[in-house]
Amino acid sequence: MIRKFLSVEDDNLQSCIRCGLCLSVCPTYKETLAEEESPRGRIAIAKAFLEGYLEVTPDLVKHEYSCLLCEACTAICPAGVQMERLEVALRADVNGKRPQPFGERLSRAILYDRLLMDMSLFRFASGFIRVYQRSGLRRFARATGLLRAFGLHKLEGLLPPMRGSFVVPKGQRWLPRSGSPEYRVGLFTGCVMSTVYSSTTLATARVLAANGCEVIAVSGQGCCGSLHFHAADFEGARKLARRNIDAFLEQRVDFIILNSAGCGTLLKHYGELLGDDPDYKEEAAAFARKIKDVTEFLDGLNMNKELGGMNAIVTYQEPCHLSHTQGIRQAPRNLLRSIPGLKLVEMEESDVCCGSAGVYSITNPDMSRRLAMRKIRNALATGADTIASANPGCMLQLYAAVQETGAKLQIKHVVDLLDESYRVARPKEEVDICLAKKQ
Amino acid sequence: MLSEKTIEELRGIVGGEHVHIGPAELVAYSYDATFQQHRPDVAVSPACTEEVVEVMKLAYREVIPVVARGASTGLAGGTIPVSGGILLNLARMNKVIEIDKDNAMAVVQAGVVTAQLQKEVEKVGLFYPPDPASLNQCTIGGNVACNAGGPRCLKYGVTRHYVLGLTVVLADGRVLRCGGKLMKNSTGYQLPQLFIGSEGTLGVVTEVILRLLPLPRVRSTATAFFSKLEDASRSVAAIIASGILPATLELMDNVCINASADYLSLDLPRDAQAMLILEQDGNDEAAVRKEVERMAEVVKAQGAFLVKVAATSKERDDLWKARRGLGPALGRLSPNRFAEDITVAPGRIPEMVHRLLEIGKEFGFQILVFGHAGDGNLHPSILFDNTKPGVMEQVEKAAEAIFDAALELGGTLSGEHGIGTLKREFMEDALGPVALSVMKDIKKALDPKGILNPQKVFPQRASRKGFIMALPTLGNDLPG
Repeated sequence: MIRKFLSVEDDNLQSCIRCGLCLSVCPTYKETLAEEESPRGRIAIAKAFLEGYLEVTPDLVKHEYSCLLCEACTAICPAGVQMERLEVALRADVNGKRPQPFGERLSRAILYDRLLMDMSLFRFASGFIRVYQRSGLRRFARATGLLRAFGLHKLEGLLPPMRGSFVVPKGQRWLPRSGSPEYRVGLFTGCVMSTVYSSTTLATARVLAANGCEVIAVSGQGCCGSLHFHAADFEGARKLARRNIDAFLEQRVDFIILNSAGCGTLLKHYGELLGDDPDYKEEAAAFARKIKDVTEFLDGLNMNKELGGMNAIVTYQEPCHLSHTQGIRQAPRNLLRSIPGLKLVEMEESDVCCGSAGVYSITNPDMSRRLAMRKIRNALATGADTIASANPGCMLQLYAAVQETGAKLQIKHVVDLLDESYRVARPKEEVDICLAKKQ
Repeated sequence: MLSEKTIEELRGIVGGEHVHIGPAELVAYSYDATFQQHRPDVAVSPACTEEVVEVMKLAYREVIPVVARGASTGLAGGTIPVSGGILLNLARMNKVIEIDKDNAMAVVQAGVVTAQLQKEVEKVGLFYPPDPASLNQCTIGGNVACNAGGPRCLKYGVTRHYVLGLTVVLADGRVLRCGGKLMKNSTGYQLPQLFIGSEGTLGVVTEVILRLLPLPRVRSTATAFFSKLEDASRSVAAIIASGILPATLELMDNVCINASADYLSLDLPRDAQAMLILEQDGNDEAAVRKEVERMAEVVKAQGAFLVKVAATSKERDDLWKARRGLGPALGRLSPNRFAEDITVAPGRIPEMVHRLLEIGKEFGFQILVFGHAGDGNLHPSILFDNTKPGVMEQVEKAAEAIFDAALELGGTLSGEHGIGTLKREFMEDALGPVALSVMKDIKKALDPKGILNPQKVFPQRASRKGFIMALPTLGNDLPG
């Protein structure tokens, strides 16, 4: 069948009543004010494609693939249209029938099929970038125009400096400083969060331990598979899901905690992803039930109040995959407000996608950049000195935008700020009790 | 089909990226919020009045149909380009040009989103009352074109009560500026009023001067639940007769109550046959509360078994979410819905509600009753499944019966949605031959070549039969 995947979404498509409410929240519509760049337009185009009134044309590809999958529309849709499912299905049907841009081919061949399939390779590549950043190579490459010659100059500017060592999950444990732990939680370390943002992942473990958790960086885990899923590489996503389920299965943890909103959304849907797999169906559902975003988990606790005073004006950038897909909007704000001396100031459009959206910044650099600039403008208007977020994609994107604009803004994870606050409260003591017990 | 030369000319006017002509793009400009679809030959998105002028000059010279739209959230087919031609997307014209605080007026481009304007003016303590359910996405230009209303119109009036002046690009590209930043104006014909509700058939509204009010400081909202629908509809007149003019007075029947409660997980009495939302606003908290209490007494005397006053602004927001989300919530009940917009004198609401229930029984449909009962504007909705054979004929008959009933009671076809394609075959019944012929004369004078939103508002068929089924959908919209 030609529209094999999209035809499954027929009911989903038909439920659109064309009220247009989605126009008020769609980032690409806000930027273009063109109907074909709106959810309602994309749904109508997909429907016409499914019904045979449209073929795969360049304009169809352009407008459907410029959807960020941010799910702002799904979250607001009164009729219950599920945009991500619809869009991924459409792309699954269209992918083989269109010319793939270079950036996309590159990310597919290198990132999806290789690096994300094997975290040791991912770390190796990240390590290479780290060496490149630290040595004079970066300056050399920039100065000589070498990057420009290969068209990589934009890409290179997106990467923040990597500090500290990577978190290689191999059963390390963190324990509360005193008393027996209330929860035994597994730490999902992911790809970018364990390399580029390894310091945030360590901070996450410390903050969890400071709140009565025994934290275990379970070995054998890897990439969550959401980039694969969004690129309609369903087999790739399932393969990674099975591996993660296997890794955590034996650990009998109460919860699996992560600090990456993007991963969290897919992890919470492993049950559906592996719904057709008789061997994994139940384990996947059980795994998904244990998933908690770190902000969601902490906000639900009676938290350790030994927080030290800080002096920061912070605005919160909502990751789409926290707000729109997981419905977690208040928890990160509550955590930020709990920090003494931290002033939380709300920006306009805090829940409008920053343009990161997985590999969107590589596949759709223009729109991605427009949305990043929009976000920086909104953040600057608040007078904040820091943007807090809760997702590596947003943090990478905002970092690159700050580099480009020279805006005086720090980019931090909510947990980084909490960790700093705990450290201020206990300056001399070692909060990080890593037992590094190999299993 | 338009010639490549025409397309190039359009590109020259608005810029290449604002000319939408790909096959998928044209689908995106083929619909509104009804079931109808018809693709234009090209869609263009101008940024200013001057660009609209150039587009109109070209269209006039080449005799190309032009359909202007804002967010295309209409419920009557008014922005469907049924004759092809140029679809003029005014969404980019979204600048609030001026908020004149001293004179309580705003000057805006046509593509400004209604809620956006409200938000901006409220920042400086001003108030733009018209509040169509789609206010988060619909535009002022569209509101003017359809003379849009909303719940607050009982007390505050509809769009036309707020328009002081317009900039209109005429069919031949001339720019008409009428009215002005003036509260009173008896100089000549009231031309702005002519264009309000004209649905893009007389000109393209590009800028609007709006009157604003001081923002009321206090709002209080109550809900009343009834075990009989008739008691609720009778309460409407009783409240007005008691000497109170509420800010809003909204009616929902049992099915609507349940649909809303399900959709938004609200705690509402599920077995109530009707619910009224009563709201009063003002500047004096005690006075506002007193009026709401007085209304509560009146509805209790009419048989309300429960009256609740929203204690917090969250409770009030939830209620309004329930009311605004009703259309979509109903969309989940059945595969298809035919929503109407009839209006009768407020005092005839009980009779109209009775007739609606009879019509439902006669044609075997569930007809839901909700709407702005306080101002006599109801949105009876026929729920149906269009995959069942023969169902569309029955829907047509039931819709016809609803129109006829409203007209018999001295009412009219549309209170705030407009006529578009959906109700045009009933225009002579509604207006009579004289009024319709005057309208035709005006149309001819302003649009001699008939290029502005063709086939809208005026009857197109010899009989009413097939007035729904003859409307275009994808697949039968393009020749060949």
